[in-house]
Amino acid sequence: MYNEKVMDHFSNPRNVGEIVDADGVGQVGNPVCGDIMKIFIKVRDNIIEDIKFKTFGCGAAIATSSMVTEMVKGKSLEEALKISNKTVAEALGGLPPVKMHCSNLAADALHAAIEDFQKKQSKKGLE
Amino acid sequence: MKKIYMDHAGTTPMRKEVLEAMMPYMTERFGNASTIYSLGREAKMALEDSREKVANLIGAEPGEVFFTAGGTESDNWALRGIAEANKDMGNHIITSCIEHHAVLHTCQDLEKQGYRVTYLPVDRYGFVAPEHVKNSITDDTILVSIMHANNEIGTIEPIADIGKIIKRQKRKIYFHTDAVQTVGKIPVKVDELYVDLLSVSSHKIYGPKGIGALYIKKGTKIKPFITGGAQERQKRAGTENIPAIVGFGKACELIEAELEQQYEKLSRLRDRLIRGIMENIPFVHLNGHPTMRLPHNVNVCFEFIEGESLLLNLDMKDICASSGSACTSGSLEPSHVLLAIGLPHEIAHGSLRLTLGMDNTEEDVDFVLEILPGIVNKLREMSPLFAERKEMPKNV
Repeated sequence: MYNEKVMDHFSNPRNVGEIVDADGVGQVGNPVCGDIMKIFIKVRDNIIEDIKFKTFGCGAAIATSSMVTEMVKGKSLEEALKISNKTVAEALGGLPPVKMHCSNLAADALHAAIEDFQKKQSKKGLE
Repeated sequence: MKKIYMDHAGTTPMRKEVLEAMMPYMTERFGNASTIYSLGREAKMALEDSREKVANLIGAEPGEVFFTAGGTESDNWALRGIAEANKDMGNHIITSCIEHHAVLHTCQDLEKQGYRVTYLPVDRYGFVAPEHVKNSITDDTILVSIMHANNEIGTIEPIADIGKIIKRQKRKIYFHTDAVQTVGKIPVKVDELYVDLLSVSSHKIYGPKGIGALYIKKGTKIKPFITGGAQERQKRAGTENIPAIVGFGKACELIEAELEQQYEKLSRLRDRLIRGIMENIPFVHLNGHPTMRLPHNVNVCFEFIEGESLLLNLDMKDICASSGSACTSGSLEPSHVLLAIGLPHEIAHGSLRLTLGMDNTEEDVDFVLEILPGIVNKLREMSPLFAERKEMPKNV
C-alpha cells in the first residue's frame, strides 16, 4: 500500500515534538476525520530555523508531516509557502489515491503556522 | 521472525488435514456430481458426505443445507430470496445497525426496490434488545435478520430469545441469522436458536475460501439464488465446487470434535490479553461485552491515536491485527459498529481488534502484551490530542 519512502518517514519520523516558544503554530484537520496535524515553527531573518510537528492520524498523515518538516527546514518563508500538499506527496514518491484528499494536509498545517507567525509579527508592528 | 497472526475473525489458515482431503478432488476425482458414471457418483458421494458434516455441526438435516460461494452469498440469498418469494405477504424487514455489510448493503438495495427496512439500535455493549424486535413487528413484516455474534466487537446476540418472540407471532415471519462468526466457535444448533435461515462460512473455520452454506429450514418459501441446472435442489444452480465443499466438510468435522477444548483455550488467551492490555495501558476502552463475547475476540480503543498507524507498527513487529478506523474500513467514516455502540468518532478511530485462533499460544499473547504499550506510547507522544488531554487516566 505505502512505498518504502513513506514507510521510512512513518517509522522514523523526522522532527517530532513541540517548540515551546514557537513563533508560529498551525493546526489543521479534526479528530472526527481521524487526522490532526500541528506544526510549530521558529523563524529568524525570514528563515525557518526550526520546525516540529505533532500528528494524530494514519500512516500517510504521519509520513507527510515528517516530510514537510524536512523539506522546509532552513528555507525562507516564501519558499515554504510554495510547497503544496501535492509536492509533499510527490517528494514521498506518491501516496495511495485514497489518501490524497484525507491525510495529505501537512502543507496546509505548515501554511497555517506561517500565517500565525505573520499575524503575530504584524501585531508586534502595531504595538 | 515468526509471524503472530491474530486476525482469525478476518480469515483463518487452512488446516493440513483439510487440504489433504481436498487434493484428490482437484485431480483424479474430478467428476461432475450430476453425471451417472462412477467418477460422477464418487463426486456426488463426497458432496453429500460434506453436506452431512456441515448439517451435523449446526444441528440441521442434510437436506436443509445449501452450499454457496461463502458467507456473503448466503446473506444475500437469505435476504433477497425471502423478500422476493414473500412479497405478497408484506414488504417490511427488521435488522440491526451493526450487521455485516453483506446484510446492511443488501438491505439498502432492497429498500431501493421498495422494501421497508427497520435498522434496530444496540446498547453500549452492542446488544439488540428482543423487546425492540417485538415492538418493531408490523402486519407487513416478513423477515428479521440479526447476526449471531458481531464480527468486530464479538458481542453474542440473544438470538434464541428473539427467535422465540418471532415464533409466537400469528403470522409467519422468517428469521435469519448470520452465524459466520459463531459456527465453530460456540455451539450453534438451529433448533435451539429458533431460526429459519442461518449463514455459514468455511474460511473462518480453517476451511478453504470461496465456499459457505445457507441453512434453509424445511418448508421455507425462498426464491432460488442462481437459476440454471438442478444443483442444490434447483435453488443454487452451477456445477458444484467439489474440492472446496470437501474441504469445508472436513473443516466442520474437525472443529466439531474440538469445539469445547478450543472454546476453553481461546477464552483463556482472550482474557489474558484483555487483562494485560487494560492493566498496562491507560486511556483504553474494551469494546463489546466483557463476558457475553466470542471466545477469540478482543476489541479495544486506545484514545488519542489512530488505528492504521497502530496496525502498521504492529506489522513491523510481525503481528497481524485489524482495526475499525476510517483508513482501515475503506471509507471516510470509522466502523459503523463502533459508532453504533456510542463511541465518538475520535475514539472509534483508535480501535484495535485482535482475534485469536487455534495456533496462538500464551507466548504469542505475552509477546503482543510486551510490544503493544511501546507502540501506543510512541504514537501518543506524537499525537497533539495526547498533549492536550485533560482527564486523568481512567480505563472503562
